[in-house]
Amino acid sequence: MFDLIGVPPQALFGQLLLGLINGAFYALLSLGLAVIFGLMNVINFTHGAQYMMGAFCSYMLLTYFGIPYWGALVLVPIIVGATGIIIERLFISRLYHLDHLYGLLLTFGLALIIEGMFRKQFGSSGLPYTNPIPGGTNLGFMFLPYYRAWVVVSSLVVCLGTWFMIEKTQLGSYLRAATERPDLVQAFGINVPRMITLTYGFGVGLAALAGVLAAPIYSVNPIMGANLIIVVFAVVVIGGMGSILGSIITGFGLGVIEGLTKVFYPEASNTVIFIIMAIVLMLRPQGLFGTPK
Amino acid sequence: MAGRMNRDMQAFVALMALGLVAPLMIYPVFLMKVLCFALFACAFNLLIGYVGLLSFGHAMFFGFAAYISGHTVKVLGWPTEFGILAGTAVAAGLGLVAGAIAIRRQGIYFAMVTLALAQMVFFFCLQAKFTGGEDGIQAIPRRPLFGVLGITNDFVFYYVVLAIFAIGFLIIYRTIHSPFGQVLKAIRENEARAISLGYAVDRFKLIAFVLSAALAGLAGATKAIVFQLASLTDVTWQMSGEVVLMTLVGGMGTVFGPIVGAAVIISMQNYLAGFGEWVLVIQGAIFVVTVLLFRRGIVGEILAFIGRARASSAAEQQEVVADRQVEAGG
Amino acid sequence: MRFSARALLAAAVTAICAGAGAAQAQYSDGVIKIGVMNDQSGLYADLTGQGSVWAAKKAVEDFCKATKCHDKIEVVFADHQNKPDIGSNVVRQWYDVDKVDVVVDVPTSSVALAVNNITKEKNKVFLVSGAATSDLSGKACTPNTIHWTYDTWALANGTGNAIVKTGGNTWFFLTADYAFGHALERDTEAVVLKSGGKVLGKVRHPFPGQDFSSFLLQAQASKAKIIGLANAGGDTINSIKQAAEFGIVAGGQNLAGLLVFITDVHALGLKTAQGLIFTESWYWDTNDANRAFAKEFAAANKGNHPTMIQAGVYSAVTHYLKAVHELKSDADGAAVVAKMKATPTDDKLFGKGSIRPDGRKIHDMLLLEVKKPEESKAPWDYYKVRATIPAAEAFRPIDQGGCPLVKK
Repeated sequence: MFDLIGVPPQALFGQLLLGLINGAFYALLSLGLAVIFGLMNVINFTHGAQYMMGAFCSYMLLTYFGIPYWGALVLVPIIVGATGIIIERLFISRLYHLDHLYGLLLTFGLALIIEGMFRKQFGSSGLPYTNPIPGGTNLGFMFLPYYRAWVVVSSLVVCLGTWFMIEKTQLGSYLRAATERPDLVQAFGINVPRMITLTYGFGVGLAALAGVLAAPIYSVNPIMGANLIIVVFAVVVIGGMGSILGSIITGFGLGVIEGLTKVFYPEASNTVIFIIMAIVLMLRPQGLFGTPK
Repeated sequence: MAGRMNRDMQAFVALMALGLVAPLMIYPVFLMKVLCFALFACAFNLLIGYVGLLSFGHAMFFGFAAYISGHTVKVLGWPTEFGILAGTAVAAGLGLVAGAIAIRRQGIYFAMVTLALAQMVFFFCLQAKFTGGEDGIQAIPRRPLFGVLGITNDFVFYYVVLAIFAIGFLIIYRTIHSPFGQVLKAIRENEARAISLGYAVDRFKLIAFVLSAALAGLAGATKAIVFQLASLTDVTWQMSGEVVLMTLVGGMGTVFGPIVGAAVIISMQNYLAGFGEWVLVIQGAIFVVTVLLFRRGIVGEILAFIGRARASSAAEQQEVVADRQVEAGG
Repeated sequence: MRFSARALLAAAVTAICAGAGAAQAQYSDGVIKIGVMNDQSGLYADLTGQGSVWAAKKAVEDFCKATKCHDKIEVVFADHQNKPDIGSNVVRQWYDVDKVDVVVDVPTSSVALAVNNITKEKNKVFLVSGAATSDLSGKACTPNTIHWTYDTWALANGTGNAIVKTGGNTWFFLTADYAFGHALERDTEAVVLKSGGKVLGKVRHPFPGQDFSSFLLQAQASKAKIIGLANAGGDTINSIKQAAEFGIVAGGQNLAGLLVFITDVHALGLKTAQGLIFTESWYWDTNDANRAFAKEFAAANKGNHPTMIQAGVYSAVTHYLKAVHELKSDADGAAVVAKMKATPTDDKLFGKGSIRPDGRKIHDMLLLEVKKPEESKAPWDYYKVRATIPAAEAFRPIDQGGCPLVKK
């Protein structure tokens, strides 16, 4: 058993890096949630299922069509994003005039359906997916698999790219404006409903991308997203849904904190994020990056 | 108002009468399960239906109370009635803590916060020694109630559970129709206005939350004695989802909706036990269909139908009256 | 279409072996009714599920042939959804209303323990194949229950003992942080120490876990030769996948799975799972009878091959039917179980064996190693048998379980 003082600084550094890598998944997922929530005021409970779909979809592309990982990386977010668009058009769009709670309930139901169908089709014990970049390098303080390095870099690029698009481009300014006053933006001749649809598709695509990234290293099974999504909810509550950058930083930060807990007190590593959430709520109910309303 | 209350009471009496004869036709263990979940759903409904708070973590009270009553009765050897009370009391305490944290946010955030807190309780139950981890607490004895009433017989115990349910239901009913309940509804409709009227909104919410938690605990504690076991199932987030589903299907914010919803969902589960792999899909589909098409739930739709029928017949009567007046005038 | 067919199948009890009106009134209700209860929709559906139902029906079919269909036998099934309350509700109803005589399979220890209690209360028969907890033939043993296929103690013992003997004498445990993981770890550690090995360290990981890299690094740093995975299902799959990623096996350390099934290996793929060592009680590719069974099984179950649990269901049902047939009665559960214990077991899948007074079924266990991808010649050709653990040594000595039925 490792004790508190017994951890050599080098090992600690390794754990920090691992935490950052896990944070990459939290960041991607909470970013998708934040983008969807920002424009639609819908908490997308289906997010975990869509992450799972991403992983399964890359498995299917490989097995049935022989499309390798790198192709899946591009195709899967588009495919799953498209299913997201269908879901938005068919179901979610009917609820905008209602209390937001209905959106939560609806997406919860959809998540159950998707999960159940995948169980029915693929069984519950999971599927294999081969690591596209095996091997790694010894950094001196730890062995870093190339694949993990790839995960953290690609996730950072996608997160920052999304942030840039929303905060710094004209398209992003429309989006932000539509968040505040959809009616006014509509009056300027911008097709707000279509923008909403596409935004949902985009958020779902982010979840699917996280799924593709996860397939080679995590067990690909129908419930892989179900438990993760609750942690991501907590991440979102901690960060507050106010800012895109906030959700990215919170995602990576909490990954690191969780990583450290795994070293110092592994028994608490699955509750630490919830504990932080409780503390943040006591001190700053609107979340770290949220704005009080 | 008084008329409404009378009608509710008549319906309640009818329901109880039905409950008294039901075990002659239906398997009593199954009925007890329905009653426990009906009480659980009623407790949940108190929050969503009358304060407008969607708790996505109510399983923490239900399941944790089950553990407490199981542990006190089996390991500590407490009498059954004290075990159930202990479960209820601990659930209330847990509700106080969780409520104090959760009511700091509204709406969807509230749902997510309760979900996260419940997940924390789940992990605690998973790791704690006294819960028995995956095995759960098994073979909880059914000791005679108050030392005299033997409850090993399912029929006898069924009536006890029916009584517990009735008490819980009446507490909720009384709460809703008290001045306290009126304030809750005011908060639901317009929180800002309630604040400006000088109500300590947070305190009202917290009291409602604790009450709801305690009654959910009562249901869970009773269930542990019925099935003679307490397990992780009852603290999972899926269980929180199920109670939402029951209330939604039956009708949120209606007095009897949760009872109907619980009966429907539990019978469905029982039936689906032979259905195998489709369980999740069917539950999900019910969620989606209800949210899209029958947001008022079964009872809500029936009430609305009756309301429409009344309104139109009232309108007809008025027309008749008006016609006569016209005739008389002419 | 498929949907409604399934509904009909589930709603209507499947009568398989309708007797030709022979005199058989001794059986309660005139029928021997077998209830297969397991997980059909969740985590253990592949491991048990419809495959177990198929195995039970197959056993009935074969028995029917052997006895010229003298007895009327029915098989029903239900999904307990891994919820003890649903499981106990179904079983109570089966016993009280539907006149089911024996319940088989039941994975998930919380459900199995609940069924165990009810079965004793109602004096029926419970044949456990799916559940792992060794309490079923220990503290919780009853005169009505037989624990058939495997248990945690046997797996820990087989794997721990054999690995230490072949040189894997230093261990590091990766343990799921709940009662089940702790029990696996405790049992294995005892065996490792007893056989002269050393435990260099252990880490408790959260359950269910997703990322094990940080724990694996700790295991790597310990320099232990063997990393024992005291976890199950998705956790085991994730640990093995990530161990491969972090080059742990390539770096000379070996993984020992303490609860691994063939479906897990299938989910991992040979490339990732190769070299993994663990214990099971049955593997389909060990003799002709098993291969023939597997072939038929695969044809009926989407190409999947039977797990040891499903094979165990076949074996248990076969022995039960023999006992009932000889007794000419299924009314008294305890008497049937006593008869089963008194008769040596013999079936085409598990061969000869016996049942101890504490309800533990005794047979050989197999120490298996996962093949390298190039060694595998066909789908589901996954294992090399490294050793056979003789029945006498494979299970927990009868005096150590704390079973009240065993007189000291």
